[in-house]
Amino acid sequence: MATTASPGVAWPARTLDARPWLRFGLRRAGRLLVSLWVLLTASFLMTHLIPGDPVRGALGPTAPAELVAAKRTALGLDDPLPVQYLDHLRGVLTGDLGTSLISQVPVSDVIGQRLPATLWLAVLGFAVAVAVAVPVGVAAGVLTRRGHGRRTELAFTGTSVVLGTIPDFLVGVALVYVFGVRLGLLPVAGNDTLSSLVLPVLALAIGPAAILARVLRVEMVRVLQADYIRTARAKRLPARTVHLRHALPNALTAALTLCGLLLGALVAGTVLVENVFAWPGLGSTIVSSILTKDYPVVQGIVLVYGVGVLLVNTLVDVALALLDPRSMIRED
Amino acid sequence: MAGVDGIAGVDAVSDPSRAGRDPRRASRWAGVVRTPLGLAAVVLTLALLVLAVVAPMLWSADASAVDTDDILAGPSAEHWAGTDNLGRDIVLRTLVATRLSIGLALGATAIAVVVGLVLGTAPLLLGRRAGRAVVAGVNVAVAFPGLLLALFFAVVFGVGATGAVLAVGFAGAPSFARLVQTLVAGVAAHDYVSAARVAGVGELRILVRHVLPNIAEPLIVNATIGAGSALLSFAGLSFLGLGVQAPAYDWGRLLFEGVGSLYVNPAAAFAPGAAVLLAGLALNLLGESAAKAVGVASPGELSVAPRRRRAARATPLPGPAEPDPQADAPDLVLDVRDLHVGFPARDGRVEPVRGVTFAVRRGEAVGIVGESGSGKSLTALAVAQLLDDLADVRAERLDVLGEDLTAPGGESRRHHLGTSLAMVFQDPMSSFNPTTRVGAQLAEVARHHQGMGRREAMDRAVDRLAAVRIDDAERRVRQYPHEFSGGMRQRAMIGMGLMGSPELVIADEPTTALDVTVQQQVLDLLQAIRRADDVALVLISHDVTVVGDVCDRVLVMYAGRVVEDLPATGLTTSARHPYTRALVAAVPTMDTDLDRPLTVIPGRPVDPADVPVGCAYAARCPLASDRCRAEDPPLAGDGTAHRVACWHAGDPIDVDPGGRPLAQVEAT
Repeated sequence: MATTASPGVAWPARTLDARPWLRFGLRRAGRLLVSLWVLLTASFLMTHLIPGDPVRGALGPTAPAELVAAKRTALGLDDPLPVQYLDHLRGVLTGDLGTSLISQVPVSDVIGQRLPATLWLAVLGFAVAVAVAVPVGVAAGVLTRRGHGRRTELAFTGTSVVLGTIPDFLVGVALVYVFGVRLGLLPVAGNDTLSSLVLPVLALAIGPAAILARVLRVEMVRVLQADYIRTARAKRLPARTVHLRHALPNALTAALTLCGLLLGALVAGTVLVENVFAWPGLGSTIVSSILTKDYPVVQGIVLVYGVGVLLVNTLVDVALALLDPRSMIRED
Repeated sequence: MAGVDGIAGVDAVSDPSRAGRDPRRASRWAGVVRTPLGLAAVVLTLALLVLAVVAPMLWSADASAVDTDDILAGPSAEHWAGTDNLGRDIVLRTLVATRLSIGLALGATAIAVVVGLVLGTAPLLLGRRAGRAVVAGVNVAVAFPGLLLALFFAVVFGVGATGAVLAVGFAGAPSFARLVQTLVAGVAAHDYVSAARVAGVGELRILVRHVLPNIAEPLIVNATIGAGSALLSFAGLSFLGLGVQAPAYDWGRLLFEGVGSLYVNPAAAFAPGAAVLLAGLALNLLGESAAKAVGVASPGELSVAPRRRRAARATPLPGPAEPDPQADAPDLVLDVRDLHVGFPARDGRVEPVRGVTFAVRRGEAVGIVGESGSGKSLTALAVAQLLDDLADVRAERLDVLGEDLTAPGGESRRHHLGTSLAMVFQDPMSSFNPTTRVGAQLAEVARHHQGMGRREAMDRAVDRLAAVRIDDAERRVRQYPHEFSGGMRQRAMIGMGLMGSPELVIADEPTTALDVTVQQQVLDLLQAIRRADDVALVLISHDVTVVGDVCDRVLVMYAGRVVEDLPATGLTTSARHPYTRALVAAVPTMDTDLDRPLTVIPGRPVDPADVPVGCAYAARCPLASDRCRAEDPPLAGDGTAHRVACWHAGDPIDVDPGGRPLAQVEAT
């Protein structure tokens, strides 16, 4: 009866087991909170670091002085700095991110309207990258394990280095040309049908997939030489089980940290890709807002991206801890 | 200050960066051009730099020559990539844009490096508390992707080329700061830095004179890679319209304009796109090659496995081996005849196992002893079919539990060996999969080979852990290997072998990695299992005492051969091979004279790549004659179970007054 231990034994055992998790959770939550605070402060400072008067900048040199003054008062820019800072924090915590200087729409509405399209892109892009990279990287690792497939390895490494270096917006332009201009197969702009997703998602996924596959191959080759793989083979498990059940989780722990970085970069990459494909998401909005100096919108979107990246990093750490419990102790 | 200068002489001796110009350093950097990829990267980078200088001088005027009659034209003989919306030549504009694109990227990289250096060395210069704050700040900033930081700074510094240089530079700074922090921490821990500090040298001076010169190489390498990514980021910002503004143009700006006319003249987008890609790749590859050449870890390490060489020279097989005298016994679990294990090597093939013949009966315990490199572990791994595919295993016969391993086997053989052959390895710390619970690793055997359900298999695992005397097994199955102690893990490994119903246990140095106190527990456990179910045991060890205590019979291996096969009880009394006698004599016993130096076997074990003609032991043997150096003695039986491979088996060796056989005495 593996699970029905007598209560007298099980209880102290469970508290013993829970302690590293508790400590890990507290420490990780603490770090997330500090990072969020830094992010909030940075987004607050952003408008104050801009040389000159941001309102004058946004409304243009021809705007009447009274209008600028009224706008400044409305935005609270005439209050003492600490008051503004507290207002900013309170606003963000209550979901009030201010209003657009240009369209007068609340920033939270702009974000609410644009965020889903960006999320779709990022989530699908990442899913496609992982779905391609894991099987390819594992297969390449098995094929090029110690003393095998040197030619395969050179070809694979060369291809993945080149694909991993091409920036996503160049991939996007190439895809637009091939599938839109030459073949006319797929829509190249906007978000009208489901097929509009194909090219932007591909543009986002190819680079990270190449990098991830390359790292996974190296990790698989390393892990396949480990003693515990010999143990698994000594158990006479089929090669498939040895590779997928024993080698892959260990190769993934190292790749997972990279996944976090890639996912973060992918979130930022949506900005460029959205602009290539005129995708109605946060990325195209932030660029047009920067160009029109609509600072409250820029501030709000930067905040959303930042929070997204921080959440991704936290999730990756938790996944890492689940996959390899030693990482909780190692991490300090 | 005279005092400080006096010290400089002292610490300069040990600081690697201050020992004058090291010619090896220069030649390491030259190693970049020795690989084809590195050479290509160097040539490409140099070409780009030349172009950056020359192109604007040559073609600046032509590149901005407006021709309203020929706007948005496709590629032609005159305009290779067509013209833009003012009729200007795209190729010329792309070439001229090299200077601005490269210049801006280098500028941004310089900013990133300088800011990174300041932030990275701050913990060393500032006090403990301020230093920690800087480290924490850098750690938070590093978590954000570069493009996001660049967008943030682009807002702060304003749209345009200047703003973009600052933005890309500041966005790259945190990762450089992190790198510098790591490098500085590494160097600062070295003795010569501590020595300088103890001598009262100021922190700033330590930094400039000792720390920075020693981290320069990795910094330059990473700055090169950083310049590549700065170039790509810059192209991105300009492509978004946030970087270089018209009428100035860099590649990103040209791309932005070209994409606008993608349907009319796609070449207008391809030319700058190709330039961005080529330059980015060149800088990236240059950095990676430099990292390899100077031995610096780079973020994207390219690993290349050692080249596989075909075995050119086949080692001649010796004549048919005399079978183990007990090979006719009806209840053999192991029958090995003339086993050879070879590996491809630089000059052909090395053969660390050169014709091993032995048999093991049901319930018998056979020990294999020998120095490291004698081929004993390889023999065990070959028998268990656990060598990697590089190994070339040949044998006249290799029967394990009735399965002929020289022939291909199928599913049923896997199930048979999976349940009846158990392995115990040397290092219990690394032999368990760290990401899987111990219970699952045991249960897997029963689930896979015996078709048990999850629950049933887990119950079996608990039962087996209890059988190897692990307390509280129900809790332990749910733990990970790192929560077990070394001895416990080794017992769990044995328990894993007991998941089936083993008939043969192969234990490869099972106690070597363990504390002396737990060694005996593991050996007792192996003995108990053996007695309970009449299980055969092959115990590999370099420890003659362990093997003598546990086993019925001992095989002594030297240089890939069995040199003696004798009953364990006869180890101290009837060993006939001089090597066996020397091994036994080297073990201190209760009546060893502690005032005398310990007995050791002189000389070194044979290198498998260079096995001498004749008896491999001759060079170390006190009995060696000319015959020994010319002819290799066969392993021959004497009618009993005793086999020995020696021309002078049993000849007396100079006997010391205590009556113990003596190899040769050396002070240790």
